[in-house]
Amino acid sequence: MAAPNGNGDRLVAEGIAKRFGAVVALRNVNLRLGRNEVLGLIGDNGAGKSTLIKILTGFQPPDTGRILIDGQEVQLKSVKHARSLGIDTVFQDLALINELSVYHNMFLNREVVKKPLPFLANRIMKRRAREYLDDIGVQIGDVNDEVARLSGGQRQAIAVARSVHSDASILLLDEPLAAMGAKEGAMILDLVRRLRDERDISIIMIAHNYVHVLEVCDRVNLLRGGEIIFDKPTAETSVEELTNVVVRDLRAARQGS
Amino acid sequence: MAQPTTEPEAPAAPEESVLRRGGAATAILRAFVVRREASIVLVAIALVIYFQSVNSNFLSAGNLPVIAQFVAAAAIIAAGEVMLMIGGEIDLSVGQVFALSPFIMFFAMEDYGLPFAFAVVAALLVSAFIGLVNGTITCLLGVPSFITTLGTLFLINGLTLTISDGFPRAVPDVSVANIFGAANYSEFIWAVVIILAVHTVLRLTPWGLHTVAGGGNPLGAREAGVRVNYVKIGNFMLCSVLAGLTGILEAFQIDSIDPLAGGTGIMFQAISAAVIGGTALAGGSGTVIGALVGALVLGILRNGFTLQGVDAFTFDLILGIAILVAMILNVYLSRMRRQGKV
Repeated sequence: MAAPNGNGDRLVAEGIAKRFGAVVALRNVNLRLGRNEVLGLIGDNGAGKSTLIKILTGFQPPDTGRILIDGQEVQLKSVKHARSLGIDTVFQDLALINELSVYHNMFLNREVVKKPLPFLANRIMKRRAREYLDDIGVQIGDVNDEVARLSGGQRQAIAVARSVHSDASILLLDEPLAAMGAKEGAMILDLVRRLRDERDISIIMIAHNYVHVLEVCDRVNLLRGGEIIFDKPTAETSVEELTNVVVRDLRAARQGS
Repeated sequence: MAQPTTEPEAPAAPEESVLRRGGAATAILRAFVVRREASIVLVAIALVIYFQSVNSNFLSAGNLPVIAQFVAAAAIIAAGEVMLMIGGEIDLSVGQVFALSPFIMFFAMEDYGLPFAFAVVAALLVSAFIGLVNGTITCLLGVPSFITTLGTLFLINGLTLTISDGFPRAVPDVSVANIFGAANYSEFIWAVVIILAVHTVLRLTPWGLHTVAGGGNPLGAREAGVRVNYVKIGNFMLCSVLAGLTGILEAFQIDSIDPLAGGTGIMFQAISAAVIGGTALAGGSGTVIGALVGALVLGILRNGFTLQGVDAFTFDLILGIAILVAMILNVYLSRMRRQGKV
C-alpha cells in the first residue's frame, strides 16, 4: 500500500499548472502515487483530468511544476520518453486498431522482427500474446481475430495488457469502465487488482463511478477546478462522503460565480 | 455469400458463424468472402473465359503482350496508391510524375552527360522529391491530399511542358532498353516483382503494420507511438517513385518520351485498379495483390471489348458500372466481416 511519507512514492507531481490561452486547465496539482497503489482520480467534466493525464504521460509539457519518478525529477519529452521511464496510459479510445489482429495490436510499435531482414516475426508475437493474455487472466478466443470483433471489455483488457506487456510499471487508466456492462466491468477491476498484487504495478484510474473507485482503489483523489481538493484512503471514505464533497463543491462554485 | 441468419438466437461464439458451419462448398464460398482478392480473381477468370469464347484471338501470342503492357503500368502505380489509400490518403499527381520522370532521365543524359543508370536514379530522386513535397504539405501543413496532389498535378504538368517545350523526345539508345520496358512482358515482369515487394512490405513488415494502423485509427496509432506522418510521407514518396519508374518503362515500351503521356488517364486507371481490387478510400484496409488483379480486370475488359469492336464510350460506361459494383460489394462484405458473420 501507499507509503505514508513521500519517500516510497513511484510518481509525484508537484505544482503542475497548464493553461490553453485564457483557459486554465490545471491550476496547481499536487499528486502522489505510492508503490503498488491504485489511486482513483475522480472529478467532473472539465476538472482537468484529461489534461493531467496528458501531462503525466508525456503528451504535452506542463507550464510549471515538476514530475518525479522514484524521487528523481524527470522532464517528459514525449509519450515515447514517458514510456521508456515506465509510464504508460490506456486512453479512453484505447488506441487499438480495429483492422489489426489482437496480437498485432499488442505488439504495435514494438514489433518482434526477424534478422537480418526486418520482417514481422508473427509466430513469435502470436505465441507471446497468447501466453501473456493467459498469464494475466484475459480471456480472448483467438489472438488472430480482428480487434473490431471483440467486446468493449475485451478491448479494454487488451489495451491494458499491451501497456503492461511493454514493461509499464506506472499505468494510467482513463475511464477503463466507460460504456461497459457489469460483468465486463468486474473483469477489468479484477485485472486491475491482479496487476497491483501480482505485477508490482502502480495505477492511476480515472473513473466516474464512485462505487468502482471504492471497490478497487487504495486511495481516492478529487480533482476540481484544476486542483486536487480531496485526498483520502478509500477505507476512510464512502460513496456518501464523495458525493457530498462533489455536491458541496458544486454548490460553492455556483454561489461563487 | 449473403446467407441470412435464420436462427432466432444469437451465435454462441464469434467462431460459430453462419458460413463456418457448412461443408466444403461453403468453406470455399467463405474463402471468397473473407479473402478480398479472391472474389475479384473469380471475375477476372470469368472475363477471360468469356472473351476467349467470343474471340479466339484473345489469348493469342499477339494479343497477350498488349494486355500485359496495359496491366503493368496501371498495376505498378496502383501498388503505390494502395499504400496511400490504406493510410487514408490519395495521390492524383502520379500521371504527371509519370510524364516528367523520363524527361528528367533524358535531360540528365543529354544536357549533363550522366550515364544511363545515374540518369534513372536522378529521375527517381526527382519523383521521390515530389512525393516528399506531397506528403509534407499533406501531413505537416494539414492540406487534404486530394487538394495537395491536385495542385502538384497541374504544377508538374506545367513543369514537364516547360522543360520539353511540349515536344516529344526519342528514348536514349541504351543496351539495357529491353530490361527497362522495351521488350514484350518486360514491364509486366517489373509489375509482378513490384507488386510482390510492396505486398511483402504491407503484410510482413512493421512499416506495413504502421501504414494500416495510421489509416485505421490515426489518433490511436499516434498514441501507441507510431510515427503516422513519417510513414505516410514515406508512402507518398514510394507512390511517386513507382509512378516515375513506370513513366520510364512506358517510354521505352512506346519508344518515345511524350510530355502528354500518362496524365489523369493512367492515374484514374491506377486508382480504379486499386478500388476494384478491394482497397477502400477510407483507409485502414486494402490489398496490393488485389490491385494487380484489379488492373488485370481493367486490362481484360478494355482489350476484350476493343477486340469485339466496342467503342471507347461504351467502355467507359462498363468501367463505371464495374467500379460501382466493386465498391458496393466491398462495402457490403466489409460490413459483414465487421459484424462477424463470416
